[in-house]
Amino acid sequence: MSNTEKWKDINKSREKRPKVQEYKNWKELPPIPISLPIDGAIGITGDWRTFRPIIDQDGCNKCGICWMYCPEGSIINKEDGTFEVDLTYCKGCGICAKECPTNNIEMKRESDITHE
Amino acid sequence: MSKARKDFTQEQETKIIKGNVSAAYAAKSARVQVIGAYPITPQTTVVEKLSEFVDSGSMPGTQYIKVESEHSAMASMVGASMTGTRTFTATSGQGLFYMNEMLHWATGTRLPIVTAIASRGPAPPWNIWADFTDVISQRDTGWMCSFCATHQEIYDEILMSYKVCEDYEILLPKFVAYGGFILSHTSKPVIIEDQEAVDNYLPPLPDEKGWPHIFMDPERPMMFGNLIMPSGFYSEFRLKIHDAHMKAKEKIKNAAKEFEKSFGRNYGNGLTQQYKMNDAEVGMLIYGDLALQMEEAVDLVREEGYKVGMVKLRYFRPFPVEDIINIAKSVKVLGVMDRATAFGSPTGGPVSSEVKTAIEGVEKTAKILPMIGGLGGREVTLEQQTEQLKILIKMNETGDAPGDLFHGTLWHGKLEVE
Repeated sequence: MSNTEKWKDINKSREKRPKVQEYKNWKELPPIPISLPIDGAIGITGDWRTFRPIIDQDGCNKCGICWMYCPEGSIINKEDGTFEVDLTYCKGCGICAKECPTNNIEMKRESDITHE
Repeated sequence: MSKARKDFTQEQETKIIKGNVSAAYAAKSARVQVIGAYPITPQTTVVEKLSEFVDSGSMPGTQYIKVESEHSAMASMVGASMTGTRTFTATSGQGLFYMNEMLHWATGTRLPIVTAIASRGPAPPWNIWADFTDVISQRDTGWMCSFCATHQEIYDEILMSYKVCEDYEILLPKFVAYGGFILSHTSKPVIIEDQEAVDNYLPPLPDEKGWPHIFMDPERPMMFGNLIMPSGFYSEFRLKIHDAHMKAKEKIKNAAKEFEKSFGRNYGNGLTQQYKMNDAEVGMLIYGDLALQMEEAVDLVREEGYKVGMVKLRYFRPFPVEDIINIAKSVKVLGVMDRATAFGSPTGGPVSSEVKTAIEGVEKTAKILPMIGGLGGREVTLEQQTEQLKILIKMNETGDAPGDLFHGTLWHGKLEVE
């Protein structure tokens, strides 16, 4: 495995990521903390959500603007060209809904969704 | 503008230059690779001179970044230093306050950035003259901080700073402060050292791998200084910064020792420099440009038969606790002169407060007389300095502190208008 591939692998996998907590005390620490880019380095941020973006797939023109604007990379561009929200990490900021040129993303209160 | 040179070539040469130009020459001698420049009085001529050097080709390869504020100046230094380069910037007073957020960033990321500070009084009242409150107010940013008393010391101290900061055990940023206008805009002879000798003295420039703790590689993206939860190692990383400060004391002493070996100029033990303290009964701890004239005052008072001495405090951070204890043990009365304020602190003066803390619990130490003077560039004359020494002598003879103290501190040279 080439170095690049190895790092791509580590970047994606929580299991393969070296753990900072492996350090036992302050003397062992490096001068500064370093974190590797992985999915959800800070945890399951989907918990923070108050409003859930719901994409109306019928009206979507697949322009990809929501995907570009999402600050958390939580919009997934699927192989068939459609877009889907990764609800594990979507914080519900609403930027996608604001930017959608065809107004096809609705922000719905989570509590309303659970009640339905 | 001087004749264009296409490399860093410099032979040993004595030039009559301003303090600011001395700082610029030091940056050139250190072969700094990136300069973040934003002008502010009285620092402006530092970055002006450096722009001349870069433009005339005498600093080939050096990136001179013009930014729109001091905050950006320090941000550019943090970014540049993270890629593994030797960096330099300079500022003063309000500009330094504007840098504050990025100063913490530089320490937390452990970047050896050296910044020259032509100190000036904080506003309001608006003030652009010598007063070390600006640099001392950045005390808890974790930057190392030293003061210069002469034009030559500015040049020398900046070189020594790179030696200390870039040590792999230290990796801390540092201020080199000198009084605005008093040193920055007056001219004196300064020896600019031979480039090869400077190259031999300083550590080699960082190679493409950069600093030992930062790995910049687009193929291997990482986040530095990331979020740490309260249960994580946050306080341990802060402890490491303090640890580096404590270790720096020895490194500073070594840097000063090696500097003397290479260039023949002595700066005490690096942390403090004593003047006629061997048999002194009364001493004055003083820093920055006031220290130079105080040597003359000591000579004058000694001619009258009094055993007085002076200690120039070179480093404020790390604070030379051991030196201060030894000094306080060797004399009976020790005056501590601050050209800076620390409002609401035990004495009102930042250094005198720290001196009192340093000798706490140590037996048989001198009586400390905190003094404040020369704020906002107010001239402190030779007569005033001899008077200050005589106040200390009287205190030693009678055992009583002078009567006109303000909450235990002598504010010397207050204006009295008839």
